[in-house]
Amino acid sequence: MVEWLVSPFLEYGFMQRALFGSVVLSVSCAPVGVFLMLRRMSLTGDAMSHAILPGAALGFLLFGLEILPMTIGGLVVGLLVALGSGLVSRFTVQKEDASMAAFYLISLAVGVLLVSWRGSSVDLMHVLFGSVLALNNEALGVILGIAVATFIALGLFWRALVAECLDPLFLRSVSRIGGPAHFLFLVLVVLNLVGGFQALGTLLSVGLMMLPAAASRFWSNDVRALCLIAIAIAVASSLSGLLLSYHASMPSGPAIIMVAGVAYMFSALFGRRGVLASALPSRRHKAA
Amino acid sequence: MNDTCLEFRNLTLGYDGHAAVHHLNGAVERGSLTAVLGANGSGKSTLMKGIAGILKPLGGGCVSSARRLAYLPQLSELDRSFPARVVDLVSLGFWQQRGLFGRVTRDDKGRLSGCLDAVGLSGFEARPLDSLSGGQMQRALFARTMLQDADLILLDEPFNAVDDETMRDLLAVVAQWAGEGRTVFCVLHDHALARAHFPQALLMARKQVAWGRTEEVMTSDNLSRARSFQEAWDDTAGWCEEPRGLQRHLHGDGAGPDASVRKAAAHG
Repeated sequence: MVEWLVSPFLEYGFMQRALFGSVVLSVSCAPVGVFLMLRRMSLTGDAMSHAILPGAALGFLLFGLEILPMTIGGLVVGLLVALGSGLVSRFTVQKEDASMAAFYLISLAVGVLLVSWRGSSVDLMHVLFGSVLALNNEALGVILGIAVATFIALGLFWRALVAECLDPLFLRSVSRIGGPAHFLFLVLVVLNLVGGFQALGTLLSVGLMMLPAAASRFWSNDVRALCLIAIAIAVASSLSGLLLSYHASMPSGPAIIMVAGVAYMFSALFGRRGVLASALPSRRHKAA
Repeated sequence: MNDTCLEFRNLTLGYDGHAAVHHLNGAVERGSLTAVLGANGSGKSTLMKGIAGILKPLGGGCVSSARRLAYLPQLSELDRSFPARVVDLVSLGFWQQRGLFGRVTRDDKGRLSGCLDAVGLSGFEARPLDSLSGGQMQRALFARTMLQDADLILLDEPFNAVDDETMRDLLAVVAQWAGEGRTVFCVLHDHALARAHFPQALLMARKQVAWGRTEEVMTSDNLSRARSFQEAWDDTAGWCEEPRGLQRHLHGDGAGPDASVRKAAAHG
Protein backbone atom coordinates (compact mmCIF):
# COMPACT_ATOMS: atom_id res chain seq x y z
CA MET A 1 0.00 0.00 0.00
CA VAL A 2 2.78 2.39 0.98
CA GLU A 3 4.56 1.51 -2.22
CA TRP A 4 1.35 2.15 -4.19
CA LEU A 5 1.20 5.60 -2.62
CA VAL A 6 4.86 6.56 -2.68
CA SER A 7 6.68 4.76 -5.47
CA PRO A 8 5.31 6.80 -8.42
CA PHE A 9 6.69 9.95 -6.82
CA LEU A 10 10.02 8.37 -5.91
CA GLU A 11 10.62 6.75 -9.26
CA TYR A 12 9.62 9.42 -11.75
CA GLY A 13 10.79 13.00 -11.98
CA PHE A 14 7.71 14.04 -13.96
CA MET A 15 5.50 12.75 -11.12
CA GLN A 16 7.53 14.73 -8.58
CA ARG A 17 7.15 17.89 -10.63
CA ALA A 18 3.44 17.19 -11.10
CA LEU A 19 3.00 16.72 -7.36
CA PHE A 20 4.95 19.86 -6.51
CA GLY A 21 3.09 21.93 -9.11
CA SER A 22 -0.38 20.74 -8.20
CA VAL A 23 0.21 21.07 -4.44
CA VAL A 24 1.55 24.63 -4.76
CA LEU A 25 -1.35 25.43 -7.07
CA SER A 26 -3.78 23.95 -4.54
CA VAL A 27 -2.40 26.06 -1.70
CA SER A 28 -2.65 29.20 -3.85
CA CYS A 29 -5.98 28.59 -5.64
CA ALA A 30 -8.12 27.36 -2.76
CA PRO A 31 -8.23 30.58 -0.64
CA VAL A 32 -8.98 32.61 -3.80
CA GLY A 33 -11.84 30.20 -4.47
CA VAL A 34 -13.14 30.70 -0.92
CA PHE A 35 -13.36 34.47 -1.45
CA LEU A 36 -14.98 33.97 -4.88
CA MET A 37 -17.61 31.80 -3.21
CA LEU A 38 -18.17 34.22 -0.32
CA ARG A 39 -18.55 37.09 -2.78
CA ARG A 40 -21.19 35.01 -4.65
CA MET A 41 -18.91 35.04 -7.67
CA SER A 42 -18.37 31.28 -7.96
CA LEU A 43 -19.22 31.28 -11.66
CA THR A 44 -16.91 34.23 -12.29
CA GLY A 45 -13.97 31.83 -12.01
CA ASP A 46 -15.50 29.73 -14.75
CA ALA A 47 -16.10 32.79 -16.91
CA MET A 48 -12.55 34.01 -16.38
CA SER A 49 -11.12 30.60 -17.21
CA HIS A 50 -12.81 30.88 -20.61
CA ALA A 51 -11.74 34.49 -20.92
CA ILE A 52 -8.01 33.73 -20.76
CA LEU A 53 -8.29 31.34 -23.72
CA PRO A 54 -7.39 33.79 -26.54
CA GLY A 55 -4.30 35.03 -24.71
CA ALA A 56 -3.07 31.53 -23.97
CA ALA A 57 -3.94 30.41 -27.51
CA LEU A 58 -2.11 33.35 -29.05
CA GLY A 59 0.98 32.59 -26.97
CA PHE A 60 0.74 28.94 -27.95
CA LEU A 61 0.28 29.65 -31.65
CA LEU A 62 3.12 32.16 -31.82
CA PHE A 63 5.66 30.46 -29.58
CA GLY A 64 4.47 26.86 -29.27
CA LEU A 65 4.30 25.11 -25.95
CA GLU A 66 6.24 27.79 -24.06
CA ILE A 67 4.98 28.59 -20.60
CA LEU A 68 5.95 32.26 -20.49
CA PRO A 69 4.23 33.52 -23.68
CA MET A 70 1.10 31.51 -22.84
CA THR A 71 1.09 32.81 -19.26
CA ILE A 72 1.63 36.42 -20.26
CA GLY A 73 -0.98 36.15 -23.03
CA GLY A 74 -3.54 34.63 -20.66
CA LEU A 75 -2.75 37.18 -17.99
CA VAL A 76 -3.09 40.20 -20.30
CA VAL A 77 -6.39 39.04 -21.81
CA GLY A 78 -7.75 37.97 -18.42
CA LEU A 79 -6.94 41.36 -16.93
CA LEU A 80 -8.50 43.15 -19.90
CA VAL A 81 -11.72 41.18 -19.40
CA ALA A 82 -11.67 41.82 -15.63
CA LEU A 83 -10.97 45.53 -16.14
CA GLY A 84 -13.55 45.93 -18.91
CA SER A 85 -16.35 44.19 -17.03
CA GLY A 86 -15.39 45.97 -13.80
CA LEU A 87 -15.47 49.40 -15.45
CA VAL A 88 -18.84 48.76 -17.10
CA SER A 89 -20.39 47.58 -13.83
CA ARG A 90 -18.92 50.43 -11.74
CA PHE A 91 -19.94 53.24 -14.09
CA THR A 92 -23.22 52.00 -15.55
CA VAL A 93 -26.43 50.41 -14.30
CA GLN A 94 -25.28 46.97 -15.45
CA LYS A 95 -24.34 44.47 -12.74
CA GLU A 96 -21.01 42.70 -12.90
CA ASP A 97 -22.46 39.26 -13.73
CA ALA A 98 -23.91 40.59 -16.98
CA SER A 99 -20.86 42.62 -18.02
CA MET A 100 -18.56 39.72 -17.13
CA ALA A 101 -20.70 37.37 -19.24
CA ALA A 102 -20.51 39.77 -22.19
CA PHE A 103 -16.74 40.25 -22.00
CA TYR A 104 -15.87 36.60 -21.44
CA LEU A 105 -18.09 35.47 -24.33
CA ILE A 106 -16.38 37.94 -26.68
CA SER A 107 -13.02 36.72 -25.42
CA LEU A 108 -13.94 33.05 -25.76
CA ALA A 109 -15.15 33.57 -29.34
CA VAL A 110 -11.88 35.31 -30.22
CA GLY A 111 -9.94 32.45 -28.63
CA VAL A 112 -11.75 29.73 -30.56
CA LEU A 113 -11.40 31.75 -33.79
CA LEU A 114 -7.66 32.10 -33.19
CA VAL A 115 -7.19 28.41 -32.58
CA SER A 116 -9.30 27.36 -35.56
CA TRP A 117 -7.58 29.92 -37.79
CA ARG A 118 -4.02 28.91 -37.09
CA GLY A 119 -4.05 25.78 -34.98
CA SER A 120 -5.44 22.27 -35.01
CA SER A 121 -7.82 20.40 -32.75
CA VAL A 122 -4.78 18.91 -30.97
CA ASP A 123 -3.61 22.47 -30.09
CA LEU A 124 -7.05 23.33 -28.82
CA MET A 125 -7.15 20.19 -26.69
CA HIS A 126 -3.83 21.13 -25.13
CA VAL A 127 -4.88 24.67 -24.29
CA LEU A 128 -8.23 23.50 -22.97
CA PHE A 129 -7.01 20.56 -20.91
CA GLY A 130 -3.27 21.05 -20.27
CA SER A 131 -1.14 18.34 -18.75
CA VAL A 132 0.11 18.29 -15.21
CA LEU A 133 2.54 15.53 -16.17
CA ALA A 134 4.29 17.84 -18.63
CA LEU A 135 5.17 20.57 -16.14
CA ASN A 136 8.73 21.74 -16.67
CA ASN A 137 10.85 23.72 -14.23
CA GLU A 138 9.89 27.00 -15.86
CA ALA A 139 6.19 26.23 -15.35
CA LEU A 140 6.85 25.26 -11.73
CA GLY A 141 8.66 28.56 -11.21
CA VAL A 142 5.67 30.48 -12.57
CA ILE A 143 3.27 28.54 -10.34
CA LEU A 144 5.45 29.12 -7.27
CA GLY A 145 5.75 32.83 -8.07
CA ILE A 146 1.98 33.13 -8.44
CA ALA A 147 1.44 31.32 -5.13
CA VAL A 148 3.83 33.66 -3.30
CA ALA A 149 2.20 36.74 -4.88
CA THR A 150 -1.26 35.41 -3.96
CA PHE A 151 -0.31 34.86 -0.33
CA ILE A 152 1.29 38.28 0.02
CA ALA A 153 -1.71 39.99 -1.57
CA LEU A 154 -4.23 38.03 0.49
CA GLY A 155 -2.27 38.78 3.67
CA LEU A 156 -2.09 42.50 2.95
CA PHE A 157 -5.67 42.94 1.74
CA TRP A 158 -7.36 40.32 3.92
CA ARG A 159 -9.24 42.90 5.99
CA ALA A 160 -10.43 44.80 2.92
CA LEU A 161 -11.59 41.63 1.18
CA VAL A 162 -13.51 40.49 4.25
CA ALA A 163 -15.06 43.95 4.74
CA GLU A 164 -16.00 44.17 1.03
CA CYS A 165 -17.73 40.78 1.26
CA LEU A 166 -19.38 41.36 4.63
CA ASP A 167 -20.64 44.95 4.33
CA PRO A 168 -19.66 46.73 1.09
CA LEU A 169 -21.78 49.81 1.84
CA PHE A 170 -20.00 50.28 5.17
CA LEU A 171 -16.62 49.98 3.48
CA ARG A 172 -17.64 52.59 0.91
CA SER A 173 -18.64 54.96 3.71
CA VAL A 174 -15.26 54.73 5.47
CA SER A 175 -12.73 54.06 2.71
CA ARG A 176 -12.07 54.10 -1.00
CA ILE A 177 -10.22 50.81 -0.82
CA GLY A 178 -13.25 48.73 -1.96
CA GLY A 179 -12.78 49.31 -5.70
CA PRO A 180 -9.01 48.70 -5.79
CA ALA A 181 -9.37 45.66 -3.50
CA HIS A 182 -12.01 44.21 -5.81
CA PHE A 183 -9.81 44.68 -8.86
CA LEU A 184 -6.77 43.27 -7.08
CA PHE A 185 -8.85 40.26 -6.18
CA LEU A 186 -9.83 39.77 -9.84
CA VAL A 187 -6.12 39.98 -10.70
CA LEU A 188 -5.49 37.16 -8.21
CA VAL A 189 -8.27 35.10 -9.82
CA VAL A 190 -6.73 35.58 -13.27
CA LEU A 191 -3.20 34.89 -11.99
CA ASN A 192 -4.23 31.62 -10.39
CA LEU A 193 -6.23 30.50 -13.41
CA VAL A 194 -3.26 31.29 -15.63
CA GLY A 195 -1.00 29.41 -13.20
CA GLY A 196 -3.34 26.45 -13.41
CA PHE A 197 -3.96 26.19 -17.12
CA GLN A 198 -0.56 24.70 -17.95
CA ALA A 199 -1.25 21.90 -15.49
CA LEU A 200 -4.99 21.48 -15.80
CA GLY A 201 -5.95 23.45 -18.91
CA THR A 202 -8.10 26.57 -19.06
CA LEU A 203 -11.32 24.67 -18.49
CA LEU A 204 -10.30 22.62 -15.48
CA SER A 205 -8.03 25.10 -13.68
CA VAL A 206 -11.12 26.65 -12.15
CA GLY A 207 -12.01 23.25 -10.67
CA LEU A 208 -9.13 23.28 -8.22
CA MET A 209 -10.19 26.79 -7.25
CA MET A 210 -13.91 26.27 -6.74
CA LEU A 211 -14.59 22.65 -5.77
CA PRO A 212 -12.48 22.61 -2.57
CA ALA A 213 -13.79 26.07 -1.66
CA ALA A 214 -17.41 25.04 -2.17
CA ALA A 215 -16.80 21.81 -0.22
CA SER A 216 -15.23 23.67 2.71
CA ARG A 217 -18.42 25.68 3.30
CA PHE A 218 -20.13 22.50 4.55
CA TRP A 219 -17.60 22.14 7.36
CA SER A 220 -17.00 25.55 8.90
CA ASN A 221 -18.38 29.02 9.58
CA ASP A 222 -15.09 30.86 9.86
CA VAL A 223 -13.25 32.44 6.93
CA ARG A 224 -9.74 31.39 8.01
CA ALA A 225 -10.89 27.83 8.72
CA LEU A 226 -12.66 27.74 5.33
CA CYS A 227 -9.40 28.66 3.60
CA LEU A 228 -7.44 25.99 5.51
CA ILE A 229 -10.05 23.30 4.86
CA ALA A 230 -10.20 24.24 1.17
CA ILE A 231 -6.40 24.02 0.92
CA ALA A 232 -6.44 20.60 2.62
CA ILE A 233 -9.12 19.30 0.24
CA ALA A 234 -7.28 20.72 -2.80
CA VAL A 235 -3.95 19.19 -1.75
CA ALA A 236 -5.56 15.82 -1.00
CA SER A 237 -7.37 15.93 -4.36
CA SER A 238 -4.14 16.71 -6.20
CA LEU A 239 -2.29 13.87 -4.53
CA SER A 240 -5.11 11.33 -4.96
CA GLY A 241 -5.82 12.48 -8.52
CA LEU A 242 -2.19 12.03 -9.54
CA LEU A 243 -2.06 8.55 -8.03
CA LEU A 244 -5.32 7.64 -9.74
CA SER A 245 -4.00 8.98 -13.00
CA TYR A 246 -0.76 7.00 -12.64
CA HIS A 247 -2.25 3.68 -11.57
CA ALA A 248 -5.43 3.72 -13.67
CA SER A 249 -3.89 5.39 -16.73
CA MET A 250 -6.33 8.28 -16.59
CA PRO A 251 -5.65 11.82 -17.82
CA SER A 252 -4.23 13.68 -14.81
CA GLY A 253 -6.17 16.96 -14.89
CA PRO A 254 -9.66 15.42 -15.00
CA ALA A 255 -8.58 12.83 -12.39
CA ILE A 256 -7.60 15.60 -9.92
CA ILE A 257 -10.81 17.53 -10.52
CA MET A 258 -12.92 14.36 -10.27
CA VAL A 259 -11.44 13.60 -6.84
CA ALA A 260 -12.17 17.20 -5.79
CA GLY A 261 -15.70 16.63 -7.09
CA VAL A 262 -16.05 13.53 -4.94
CA ALA A 263 -14.80 15.54 -1.95
CA TYR A 264 -17.47 18.15 -2.72
CA MET A 265 -20.26 15.54 -2.98
CA PHE A 266 -19.13 13.90 0.25
CA SER A 267 -19.01 17.25 2.05
CA ALA A 268 -22.40 18.29 0.68
CA LEU A 269 -23.91 15.07 2.02
CA PHE A 270 -22.05 14.45 5.25
CA GLY A 271 -20.55 17.83 6.20
CA ARG A 272 -21.39 19.47 9.53
CA ARG A 273 -23.59 21.90 7.58
CA GLY A 274 -24.45 19.49 4.76
CA VAL A 275 -27.65 17.91 3.48
CA LEU A 276 -27.94 15.13 6.05
CA ALA A 277 -27.18 17.40 9.00
CA SER A 278 -29.88 19.80 7.79
CA ALA A 279 -32.45 17.18 6.81
CA LEU A 280 -32.21 14.80 9.75
CA PRO A 281 -34.10 15.96 12.82
CA SER A 282 -31.77 16.62 15.71
CA ARG A 283 -32.50 14.41 18.71
CA ARG A 284 -31.02 16.83 21.19
CA HIS A 285 -31.08 20.57 21.63
CA LYS A 286 -29.50 22.98 24.04
CA ALA A 287 -31.67 24.63 26.65
CA ALA A 288 -30.43 28.14 25.85
CA MET B 1 -14.62 78.96 16.89
CA ASN B 2 -16.48 77.26 14.03
CA ASP B 3 -19.60 75.63 15.46
CA THR B 4 -20.86 74.27 12.14
CA CYS B 5 -20.32 70.58 11.59
CA LEU B 6 -22.08 70.21 8.27
CA GLU B 7 -23.27 72.68 5.67
CA PHE B 8 -25.53 72.14 2.67
CA ARG B 9 -24.92 74.55 -0.19
CA ASN B 10 -27.80 74.36 -2.60
CA LEU B 11 -27.44 70.60 -2.45
CA THR B 12 -29.43 68.66 -5.04
CA LEU B 13 -29.32 64.87 -5.02
CA GLY B 14 -31.20 62.41 -7.16
CA TYR B 15 -31.28 59.54 -9.55
CA ASP B 16 -31.26 59.51 -13.36
CA GLY B 17 -31.34 63.29 -13.38
CA HIS B 18 -34.52 63.49 -11.24
CA ALA B 19 -34.05 65.45 -8.04
CA ALA B 20 -34.91 63.60 -4.83
CA VAL B 21 -33.43 66.31 -2.58
CA HIS B 22 -33.87 69.70 -4.20
CA HIS B 23 -31.82 72.82 -3.43
CA LEU B 24 -31.15 72.15 0.23
CA ASN B 25 -29.39 74.93 2.11
CA GLY B 26 -28.46 75.16 5.73
CA ALA B 27 -26.01 74.28 8.42
CA VAL B 28 -25.93 71.67 11.14
CA GLU B 29 -24.60 72.85 14.45
CA ARG B 30 -21.80 70.85 16.03
CA GLY B 31 -23.07 68.66 18.84
CA SER B 32 -26.71 68.96 17.74
CA LEU B 33 -29.22 66.13 17.70
CA THR B 34 -31.40 66.43 14.60
CA ALA B 35 -34.32 64.26 13.54
CA VAL B 36 -34.83 64.09 9.77
CA LEU B 37 -38.53 63.62 9.13
CA GLY B 38 -40.80 63.19 6.13
CA ALA B 39 -42.99 60.72 4.30
CA ASN B 40 -41.72 57.78 2.32
CA GLY B 41 -39.92 58.98 -0.79
CA SER B 42 -39.31 62.44 0.64
CA GLY B 43 -35.53 62.21 0.16
CA LYS B 44 -34.37 61.45 3.71
CA SER B 45 -32.27 58.38 2.90
CA THR B 46 -31.00 60.03 -0.28
CA LEU B 47 -29.80 62.96 1.84
CA MET B 48 -27.95 60.55 4.15
CA LYS B 49 -26.24 58.89 1.18
CA GLY B 50 -25.26 62.30 -0.14
CA ILE B 51 -23.73 63.34 3.19
CA ALA B 52 -21.90 60.01 3.47
CA GLY B 53 -20.44 60.58 0.00
CA ILE B 54 -22.03 57.46 -1.45
CA LEU B 55 -24.26 59.45 -3.83
CA LYS B 56 -22.75 62.25 -5.88
CA PRO B 57 -24.75 65.51 -5.99
CA LEU B 58 -26.60 66.53 -9.14
CA GLY B 59 -25.87 70.10 -8.07
CA GLY B 60 -24.47 72.13 -5.21
CA GLY B 61 -22.55 70.46 -2.46
CA CYS B 62 -22.23 69.45 1.11
CA VAL B 63 -19.28 70.55 3.21
CA SER B 64 -18.40 68.78 6.41
CA SER B 65 -15.83 69.85 8.96
CA ALA B 66 -16.21 66.55 10.79
CA ARG B 67 -13.00 64.77 11.59
CA ARG B 68 -14.70 61.43 11.13
CA LEU B 69 -18.11 60.34 9.85
CA ALA B 70 -20.13 57.23 10.71
CA TYR B 71 -23.11 56.13 8.62
CA LEU B 72 -25.62 53.49 9.60
CA PRO B 73 -27.82 52.95 6.53
CA GLN B 74 -31.47 51.94 6.50
CA LEU B 75 -30.95 49.09 4.08
CA SER B 76 -27.62 47.64 4.94
CA GLU B 77 -25.84 45.67 2.25
CA LEU B 78 -24.58 43.48 5.06
CA ASP B 79 -24.37 39.82 4.05
CA ARG B 80 -25.73 38.00 7.07
CA SER B 81 -24.84 34.62 5.61
CA PHE B 82 -21.15 35.61 5.60
CA PRO B 83 -19.19 33.36 7.97
CA ALA B 84 -18.34 35.99 10.54
CA ARG B 85 -18.83 36.50 14.26
CA VAL B 86 -20.24 39.52 16.04
CA VAL B 87 -16.72 40.60 17.01
CA ASP B 88 -15.66 40.54 13.32
CA LEU B 89 -18.54 42.81 12.33
CA VAL B 90 -18.16 45.23 15.22
CA SER B 91 -14.38 45.53 14.88
CA LEU B 92 -14.90 46.94 11.37
CA GLY B 93 -15.60 50.10 13.36
CA PHE B 94 -11.84 50.48 13.88
CA TRP B 95 -11.30 50.93 10.15
CA GLN B 96 -10.95 54.72 10.13
CA GLN B 97 -8.54 54.60 13.08
CA ARG B 98 -6.45 51.58 12.16
CA GLY B 99 -6.77 51.58 8.36
CA LEU B 100 -6.01 48.62 6.15
CA PHE B 101 -2.82 47.48 7.81
CA GLY B 102 -3.03 48.68 11.44
CA ARG B 103 -3.40 46.04 14.10
CA VAL B 104 -6.18 46.06 16.66
CA THR B 105 -4.51 46.74 20.02
CA ARG B 106 -5.34 45.46 23.49
CA ASP B 107 -6.89 48.86 24.28
CA ASP B 108 -9.04 48.52 21.18
CA LYS B 109 -10.28 45.15 22.38
CA GLY B 110 -11.19 46.77 25.69
CA ARG B 111 -13.12 49.50 23.87
CA LEU B 112 -14.89 46.88 21.77
CA SER B 113 -16.00 45.02 24.89
CA GLY B 114 -17.19 48.30 26.39
CA CYS B 115 -19.27 49.11 23.29
CA LEU B 116 -20.83 45.63 23.22
CA ASP B 117 -21.65 46.05 26.89
CA ALA B 118 -23.23 49.45 26.24
CA VAL B 119 -25.64 47.98 23.66
CA GLY B 120 -26.41 44.91 25.79
CA LEU B 121 -24.42 42.41 23.73
CA SER B 122 -21.86 41.31 26.29
CA GLY B 123 -21.04 37.65 25.75
CA PHE B 124 -22.13 37.79 22.09
CA GLU B 125 -18.59 38.21 20.75
CA ALA B 126 -18.30 34.75 19.22
CA ARG B 127 -21.91 34.47 18.03
CA PRO B 128 -22.25 33.89 14.25
CA LEU B 129 -24.04 36.73 12.49
CA ASP B 130 -26.66 34.44 11.00
CA SER B 131 -27.82 33.52 14.51
CA LEU B 132 -28.66 37.11 15.53
CA SER B 133 -32.20 38.47 15.68
CA GLY B 134 -33.01 41.73 13.90
CA GLY B 135 -32.78 43.69 17.17
CA GLN B 136 -29.48 42.07 18.14
CA MET B 137 -28.06 42.88 14.71
CA GLN B 138 -29.09 46.51 15.12
CA ARG B 139 -27.41 46.58 18.55
CA ALA B 140 -24.23 45.16 16.99
CA LEU B 141 -24.33 47.82 14.26
CA PHE B 142 -24.71 50.50 16.94
CA ALA B 143 -21.69 49.06 18.74
CA ARG B 144 -19.74 49.30 15.48
CA THR B 145 -20.89 52.90 15.04
CA MET B 146 -19.74 53.67 18.61
CA LEU B 147 -16.31 52.21 17.86
CA GLN B 148 -15.94 54.49 14.84
CA ASP B 149 -15.53 57.36 17.30
CA ALA B 150 -17.06 59.72 14.75
CA ASP B 151 -18.01 63.32 15.44
CA LEU B 152 -20.75 63.24 12.78
CA ILE B 153 -23.10 60.26 13.02
CA LEU B 154 -25.76 59.54 10.39
CA LEU B 155 -28.48 57.10 11.38
CA ASP B 156 -31.12 56.07 8.84
CA GLU B 157 -34.24 54.73 10.57
CA PRO B 158 -32.18 52.97 13.24
CA PHE B 159 -35.14 51.94 15.38
CA ASN B 160 -37.10 50.05 12.73
CA ALA B 161 -38.15 46.56 13.77
CA VAL B 162 -36.61 46.75 17.23
CA ASP B 163 -38.48 46.12 20.47
CA ASP B 164 -39.07 48.73 23.18
CA GLU B 165 -36.15 47.62 25.33
CA THR B 166 -33.72 47.66 22.41
CA MET B 167 -34.98 51.09 21.39
CA ARG B 168 -34.51 52.37 24.94
CA ASP B 169 -30.93 51.06 25.02
CA LEU B 170 -30.11 52.49 21.60
CA LEU B 171 -31.66 55.87 22.47
CA ALA B 172 -29.41 55.91 25.55
CA VAL B 173 -26.44 55.47 23.22
CA VAL B 174 -27.68 58.36 21.06
CA ALA B 175 -28.05 60.53 24.18
CA GLN B 176 -24.53 59.57 25.22
CA TRP B 177 -23.23 60.67 21.81
CA ALA B 178 -24.98 64.01 22.20
CA GLY B 179 -23.49 64.35 25.69
CA GLU B 180 -20.03 63.79 24.22
CA GLY B 181 -20.57 66.64 21.76
CA ARG B 182 -21.03 64.46 18.69
CA THR B 183 -23.41 65.59 15.97
CA VAL B 184 -26.23 63.15 15.25
CA PHE B 185 -28.41 63.33 12.14
CA CYS B 186 -31.11 60.69 12.41
CA VAL B 187 -33.91 59.73 9.99
CA LEU B 188 -37.08 58.88 11.90
CA HIS B 189 -40.72 58.10 11.19
CA ASP B 190 -41.90 58.18 14.77
CA HIS B 191 -42.95 61.77 15.49
CA ALA B 192 -43.33 61.16 19.23
CA LEU B 193 -39.78 59.85 19.37
CA ALA B 194 -38.51 62.91 17.52
CA ARG B 195 -40.34 65.27 19.88
CA ALA B 196 -39.09 63.44 22.97
CA HIS B 197 -35.44 62.91 22.11
CA PHE B 198 -34.35 65.23 19.29
CA PRO B 199 -34.18 68.99 19.97
CA GLN B 200 -33.72 69.82 16.27
CA ALA B 201 -35.73 68.59 13.29
CA LEU B 202 -35.52 68.82 9.50
CA LEU B 203 -38.83 68.15 7.77
CA MET B 204 -38.50 67.13 4.13
CA ALA B 205 -40.71 66.63 1.11
CA ARG B 206 -38.03 66.21 -1.59
CA LYS B 207 -36.99 69.67 -0.48
CA GLN B 208 -36.81 71.37 2.84
CA VAL B 209 -40.24 72.09 4.37
CA ALA B 210 -38.94 73.34 7.70
CA TRP B 211 -35.76 73.13 9.75
CA GLY B 212 -35.17 74.29 13.28
CA ARG B 213 -36.33 73.55 16.81
CA THR B 214 -38.41 70.41 16.76
CA GLU B 215 -41.54 71.92 18.29
CA GLU B 216 -41.46 74.76 15.76
CA VAL B 217 -40.91 72.43 12.84
CA MET B 218 -43.54 69.85 13.72
CA THR B 219 -46.55 72.10 13.47
CA SER B 220 -49.72 70.74 11.88
CA ASP B 221 -49.31 73.22 9.04
CA ASN B 222 -45.76 72.04 8.26
CA LEU B 223 -46.68 68.38 8.59
CA SER B 224 -49.62 68.88 6.27
CA ARG B 225 -47.35 70.56 3.71
CA ALA B 226 -44.85 67.72 4.03
CA ARG B 227 -47.54 65.15 3.33
CA SER B 228 -48.84 66.81 0.19
CA PHE B 229 -45.79 66.46 -2.02
CA GLN B 230 -45.56 64.58 -5.27
CA GLU B 231 -43.79 61.31 -4.48
CA ALA B 232 -43.41 59.97 -8.02
CA TRP B 233 -41.01 61.34 -10.58
CA ASP B 234 -42.52 63.55 -13.20
CA ASP B 235 -41.14 62.28 -16.49
CA THR B 236 -42.43 65.38 -18.26
CA ALA B 237 -40.71 67.79 -15.85
CA GLY B 238 -38.50 70.40 -17.44
CA TRP B 239 -34.87 70.96 -16.57
CA CYS B 240 -34.30 72.99 -13.45
CA GLU B 241 -32.28 76.04 -14.45
CA GLU B 242 -31.37 77.31 -10.99
CA PRO B 243 -28.55 74.98 -9.96
CA ARG B 244 -26.43 75.48 -13.04
CA GLY B 245 -25.24 78.94 -12.25
CA LEU B 246 -24.84 78.21 -8.59
CA GLN B 247 -22.98 75.01 -9.26
CA ARG B 248 -20.57 76.93 -11.46
CA HIS B 249 -20.03 79.27 -8.56
CA LEU B 250 -19.52 76.49 -6.08
CA HIS B 251 -16.86 74.84 -8.15
CA GLY B 252 -13.36 76.25 -8.23
CA ASP B 253 -12.20 77.50 -4.84
CA GLY B 254 -15.54 76.69 -3.29
CA ALA B 255 -15.56 80.00 -1.46
CA GLY B 256 -17.03 82.41 -3.97
CA PRO B 257 -20.74 82.25 -3.29
CA ASP B 258 -20.47 81.26 0.36
CA ALA B 259 -21.97 84.43 1.70
CA SER B 260 -25.02 84.27 -0.52
CA VAL B 261 -25.47 80.58 0.04
CA ARG B 262 -25.22 80.91 3.78
CA LYS B 263 -27.71 83.75 3.76
CA ALA B 264 -30.05 81.44 1.94
CA ALA B 265 -29.80 78.92 4.74
CA ALA B 266 -33.33 78.58 5.88
CA HIS B 267 -33.04 76.64 9.08
CA GLY B 268 -33.18 77.89 12.62
